[in-house]
Amino acid sequence: MKLTKRLFLGLAVGGTLATLPISALAQDWQPTRPIDFTIMAGPGGGADQIARFVQSVVEANDMTNRPLIPTNRGGGSGAEALLHLNDARDPDHTLMVTLNSFYTTPIRQEALGIDIETFTPITMMGVDPFVLWVHKDSGITDFDGFLAKVREMDGEYVMGGTGAGQEDSIVIAYMSGVYDLDIKYIPYDGGGAVAKDLAGQQIMATVNNPAEAKGFYEAGDFVPLLAFSDTRMDAYPDVPTIKELGHDFSYYNQRAIVGAPGMSDEAAAYYRDIFGQVYASDAWQDYLVSESLSPLPMDEAETRAYWATQVANHRQLLSEIDG
Amino acid sequence: MRQGEISLAGFLALFSLYLMWKSAELPIGYIRGQGPGGGFWPFWLSVGMLLSCCAIAWNWWRGKSPASVSDEPLMDRFGWRTVILVGGGVAGFVAMISVVSMYGAVGLFLVYYLRFLGRHSWLLTLAMAIVLPIALFFFFEGAMQISMPQGMPFTQPFFDVMYDIIY
Amino acid sequence: MEVFSSLADGILLALMPINLMLILIGVTVGLFIGAMPGLGSVNGVAILLPITFLVPPSSAIIFLAAIYYGAMYGGAISSVTLGIPGASTAVATTFDGRPLALQGRASLALVTAALASFVGGTVATVLFTLFAPLLATMALSFGPPEIFALMLLAFATFVGLGGDDIPKTIFSICFGLVLATVGFDTISGEPRLVLFDIQGFLRGIGFIVLAIGVYGIGEMIWTIEQTRGEVTTTNPKMTAKGMMADSKEATKKGWKGTLIGSFLGFFVGVLPAAGATPGSLMSYGVAKMLSRTPEEYGKGSPDGVAAPEAANNSASTGSMLPMLTLGIPGSPTTAILLGGMVIWGLTPGPRLFLDQSEFVWGLIGSFYISNLAAVLINLAFIPLFVWMLRMPFTILAPLIFVLSIVGGFAASRSMHDLWLIVIFGLGAFFMRKFDYPLAPAVLAIVLGPIAEPTLRQSLLLSSGDPMIFLNRPIAGPITVIAIFLILLPAFKLLRRKKRVAAN
Repeated sequence: MKLTKRLFLGLAVGGTLATLPISALAQDWQPTRPIDFTIMAGPGGGADQIARFVQSVVEANDMTNRPLIPTNRGGGSGAEALLHLNDARDPDHTLMVTLNSFYTTPIRQEALGIDIETFTPITMMGVDPFVLWVHKDSGITDFDGFLAKVREMDGEYVMGGTGAGQEDSIVIAYMSGVYDLDIKYIPYDGGGAVAKDLAGQQIMATVNNPAEAKGFYEAGDFVPLLAFSDTRMDAYPDVPTIKELGHDFSYYNQRAIVGAPGMSDEAAAYYRDIFGQVYASDAWQDYLVSESLSPLPMDEAETRAYWATQVANHRQLLSEIDG
Repeated sequence: MRQGEISLAGFLALFSLYLMWKSAELPIGYIRGQGPGGGFWPFWLSVGMLLSCCAIAWNWWRGKSPASVSDEPLMDRFGWRTVILVGGGVAGFVAMISVVSMYGAVGLFLVYYLRFLGRHSWLLTLAMAIVLPIALFFFFEGAMQISMPQGMPFTQPFFDVMYDIIY
Repeated sequence: MEVFSSLADGILLALMPINLMLILIGVTVGLFIGAMPGLGSVNGVAILLPITFLVPPSSAIIFLAAIYYGAMYGGAISSVTLGIPGASTAVATTFDGRPLALQGRASLALVTAALASFVGGTVATVLFTLFAPLLATMALSFGPPEIFALMLLAFATFVGLGGDDIPKTIFSICFGLVLATVGFDTISGEPRLVLFDIQGFLRGIGFIVLAIGVYGIGEMIWTIEQTRGEVTTTNPKMTAKGMMADSKEATKKGWKGTLIGSFLGFFVGVLPAAGATPGSLMSYGVAKMLSRTPEEYGKGSPDGVAAPEAANNSASTGSMLPMLTLGIPGSPTTAILLGGMVIWGLTPGPRLFLDQSEFVWGLIGSFYISNLAAVLINLAFIPLFVWMLRMPFTILAPLIFVLSIVGGFAASRSMHDLWLIVIFGLGAFFMRKFDYPLAPAVLAIVLGPIAEPTLRQSLLLSSGDPMIFLNRPIAGPITVIAIFLILLPAFKLLRRKKRVAAN
């Protein structure tokens, strides 16, 4: 008994000594090495811009004692990034900036064996709505004109997007389904290339995030016809939503920061605090307005529930596309 | 050389066949109204690789290429030794990265190459093997903000100290 | 004349002490980042992006553009001294730069590269100043069929590049093109050619992995084996006099390639889907085609260094154009610059020239200054790089291996790719032993990812009708020229055979 007691005491003292720095950290966890800030897309896209913006805000205000290191891992439509997080050796220092391939890629590529519900929710930075655009020279000014034109062309109407199973193709598939449209869809490898070919009228229409079409819209080259948001967008007050037309559908690109599976609660709390500060900063709030992102603040439990519904939604939408 | 030429061509032909088989997972034909399928491009180019291998073999049989008429061995003892020591050294270097981290592996490789292949003095060898990894650390982790792979857990304390210095 | 007064204002802005200082720092930093194999302008620009919050946007973009410029100059340094193209834009520079270095003329190669880059960059900036809006319209008229036709032309200019063994050259081209398709098929959205079902292949095989494997490992082992480890590159000590002589020789022997590269590179660089790499490759091919001594190419012709170097600098200036006027990045680096502009609250696009003219002209003005600064700083550092080559080979070789592996990781951030580099390196060694030319494979892996999707996008557009490449006003002529050039060697061969038969 005595032995046990002494042993216990010894263990306790030893434990306290050994954990002294760690328990200090437990209250106030700090990263001890550079933070892997994986971006689920190549350089230049919306996710990349957001990641670099967030990194700049963190760096400018000196919020972390170790730097965020943005790394583009866009390969395999985000599969590369998902695998990287899933196999992260150090989950406490591994974060990712997502778009919706976060949901679609694990569904479309089951061989990856990724279950996104094991990932750690950090912060939802905002959601990016989608808008249907045409070129001003097409003469189309409203959605009815668009529908008439597509039906008249009978299968020869060309739209561009970022590929089968990507965000815009889901929206286009839904729209074609409910309006019974026959559209020719050309996949590109990035939103910028799509916008460029719409500007050059190589394609006739696109569904794109406002950020990617903004420059052309302001110059008067692009005309927005329909928004796929829940309510009318502040930037385009005259553009109707598909909900107003009687279809219960909205679609957003999620701009969220998630942690690797198995991240400790202390680390997750630390990052939520940091990115919460970024979210609340004037710089980010201005960015939300200028790039027409919608805020969608959520806590951890809400995020998990949101993920579950998103996965179910995407599973259904994708199964409708793939037939 | 003569034997080597046909062996390599044979090996590359087998690899082409594998690529053809693998590309056939996606449609390799011309889909009506859509153009080529996803496997079209790699499949027919792999066929091109296979045909090239056949042509190489045909040239070999006719003795058209310099290697196919040469009686010399592919490499003499010195040649094989070089390839195994240098090529093996580089492979060993990469293998060591996940054990002793990138910087540790750079140091070990330099010791191996400078001392045992290059026969330089221990002084020069050790100086290079210590200074270069540290310089690379400051360049990549400090200046370029690129994290190099870290080794097994025992390399951690070293990284903790270094990170405290640079940040 | 309005252009000139705006430009004068822009140059004055770029000459402000803070901006001038940023240009000098940026160019120097860029030069060294570009000289590391595996690192390029994209790394430099990305890491320094947050720092630019401390200065006003017009200074920030000048700083980033200066890094971009410096890195483009620096790419040639790795190609010449190490024999590894550090970035895809500098592949063609190795073809003649490396032989020159091995002949002990590294200084000539570096001086030629620096001067050609300067001319290329300046020509491009002048074209940019005068014709920006016009060129933006031109860029928009290039859709998928036009880009594919251009890629066909790029391949056509390279028909003569391979070795004497035709089947081996064809093998190498096909091999590169197949490797380029590994990973993910954008058009169908399906994983493709995931070799041996190793998930690492999902990310595809990058150019840099093949290039470092072939040049950094394979070619090095081959050199060591061939020379029995006794490589002697006797580079003379650099003196001011020697450099003057080199400059004279570079001007005399490299002016033609420089001119071809400056103009061709710019026009190809302006097209967002193409960019600097096809620009520099095509310039090399065209310079060789038009040369009176094409047999010297690949053996150390200054023209062969000048053409791609002039082109890649010219093209990188060119690729700023679609970014500024259309808001469309032509390369990963301009993509990050574009992100930076958004962060600073500017909207790149058709209205930028009107709304933010001071910003735009400040940037254009800085191109002139950066170019001048870059060439002077580059020339100043050449003796240092040549001195590196004077190291004993048993020290230089392990350094090159280390830089290859470390740089390979920096570029790809994946252990999987490091193993691929080793495998490609050993494979390349054996293929090199049996005279398989590998440059065509390296080129193919760069051009393939542009050629295949544009081919398929075009055919989707035309519902599978290949006539789309012939009946469009821009694509048509390019396709015809490309096919003619591809068939040209075959015609020549037939004629020669007939003549032989007649005799």
